[in-house]
This record gives sequence, structure tokens and C-alpha cells, in this order.
Amino acid sequence: MRWIGLLGLLSLLALPVQAAIDPFEFDHPEQRIRYHALIDELRCPTCQNQNIAESNAALANDLRQRVYTMIMDNHPDSEIRNFLVQRYGDFITYRPPVKPLTWLLWFGPFVALLIAAIALALWIRQRNAQPPAQIEETDRERLKRILAKHSGDL
Amino acid sequence: MSPKRKRSLLLGLPLLGFLVVLVVLGSGLGRDPSLLPSVLIDRPLPEFQAQRLDDPEQWLSPADLHGDIALLNIWATWCPTCYQEHTFLNTLRERDIAIYGVNYKDDREAALNWLSQLGDPYRFNIDDPEGQLGIELGVYGAPETFLLDAQGTIRYRHVGALDETVWEREFLPRIRQLEPQS
Repeated sequence: MRWIGLLGLLSLLALPVQAAIDPFEFDHPEQRIRYHALIDELRCPTCQNQNIAESNAALANDLRQRVYTMIMDNHPDSEIRNFLVQRYGDFITYRPPVKPLTWLLWFGPFVALLIAAIALALWIRQRNAQPPAQIEETDRERLKRILAKHSGDL
Repeated sequence: MSPKRKRSLLLGLPLLGFLVVLVVLGSGLGRDPSLLPSVLIDRPLPEFQAQRLDDPEQWLSPADLHGDIALLNIWATWCPTCYQEHTFLNTLRERDIAIYGVNYKDDREAALNWLSQLGDPYRFNIDDPEGQLGIELGVYGAPETFLLDAQGTIRYRHVGALDETVWEREFLPRIRQLEPQS
């Protein structure tokens, strides 16, 4: 009886089985890392808001297969990326190259930030440049009287 | 500049910025995001070696598609839009338009049956069972139709079914441009 209890307790220690099913076999762990990095950053042309790692589309499957084959044939990452960009266009990558067409995409946010910073700086300078508010002589007298009247309260 | 004018200018700037963003985003509204431009336009057909669908003994290469202004149509029997498009391809064949086919990720038997039942508008079909030629052509969904000039250079790519409207709007003007001036 005690043995069974112990076995039960031991079974709780069992490590979860590696869940990700990888249909491909690699020669080096480094190839697997490169494979996963690539399919994560490549976008599926059919189901446009998924990368080819996530997509179940037939085309995504074909592209994964192609990436795998090219890794096994010792093509560097840049070549694999270029291969697909030359066929599917910049759309295929979630990391579009920096070129005139994508300048707005890459630098737009920084330009917007710069404009906002300049606007803010101008605004602050303008505010500081304003002379301090002038108080009328009659108001000054009134303030004195009020302060004098209440000085005993403190 | 008077402070008042300066102030109204500063206030107007965000409005101007907003209008710019509005125009940029607005221009994207009419676009169909599922239509991707082909990067192969004005490039020669990619190199390939593939079997002829109705004669596996015969190997085809890009040179076999040279000679005439032609269409290269990517299709499959599992593709409902291809079925819908097929009648129009037959019509084009009657108008003496040269059409080559790529039978994309399909079963040879099923494809040959389809052609004998629905009519065969193609000069010949390239068998692409694994979709490898599809990848070379940047195909991301059947049907797709490429316009080739006589030297086998890709001039245009249409994604989706061909019909009379698309034909007259996208293909005919381009074909007229490609035809030698007589």
C-alpha cells in the first residue's frame, strides 16, 4: 500500500514532455534555433496576419519546408530571407528592409516624436517668457487687509 | 509675427498633422490588402524543369513558353474559383489567346479528368505537384494569371478569377502595348 502511495507521489514529479512537435530533424541544435527564428519572422502571404510558424495554410507549410531544406543545404539566413523576398516581395518579412519606400515606416515615429518635442519646447519657452502677472494697487491693499485681519487666526 | 497669429499657427499644426494622417490612411481604405504586388514584374520567368501534365516523359523549361504573348494560369481542381474561371479561359482560347497552365499542387488524374470534361484551353500544362514552381513564381493562392511577352518576360500578374471585366481593364491594354506596331 505504502509503495503505491510513494509511486503516486513520484508520478507528480514527472517532467512535462516536450510539447512542441517538430516534424523536422536537424544535425545541430543551432540549425533548429535558426529555423525557428526564420519562420517566426516570415509572414504568411495567404493568411496575412500570421507568420509561417503559426499558419496552417498549405503555402505556409510549403514555405516552412523550403526554409528547412535551405538551412540543411547550409544557406545563410540572409540568403533564405532574400530568396523569399525576391519571390513574394517585402511583404513576406515582418522586418522590412530600410529603403526609400519604407522610410516613413522606419523613421516616421521618430520624426513625429521630434516634432512633438520641438512643439513642447516652444510651448514651454513661450510660457516662461510671459511676464509675471501684475497685481493692481487696489488689490494689493485688499490682500494686505485680509492677511492682517486673519493673522490672529494662525 | 504677433503672439495671436503664432498661437493660431501652433493650434493649427495638430489639425494639419491630423489631416495628413487622414489622407494617408484614407488612401489605403480602397485597397484590398489581400492583393499583393508581384515582385516578378518585368523579370524573366524563373528557371524551372518540370514535367508536362499530359506527358510526364516530356520535361519543360521557360524556353517552351517563348514565342507569343501568352497567359500563364495557375490552377488546381481543388480550387473553386478556378472552376468558376474555367469557362472564361475557354472563351479566351476561342479568341486565339495563348494560355499555358500550371497545375498547382494537384493530382494528375483529377486534373486530366477536369480538362477532358470542362474543355482544355491550354497549349500545355506544367505539372507542379509540390508547388515548387509556385514558390518560384511567388504564387500565394490559385487562381493566378501572369501575362508573358513573347520573350517570356512577366508583364503583369492577376490574383483571383479572370473574367471579361478584368480582361478588358487589366490585360487588353497591356497586350496592345506589347504587340509590335504594324
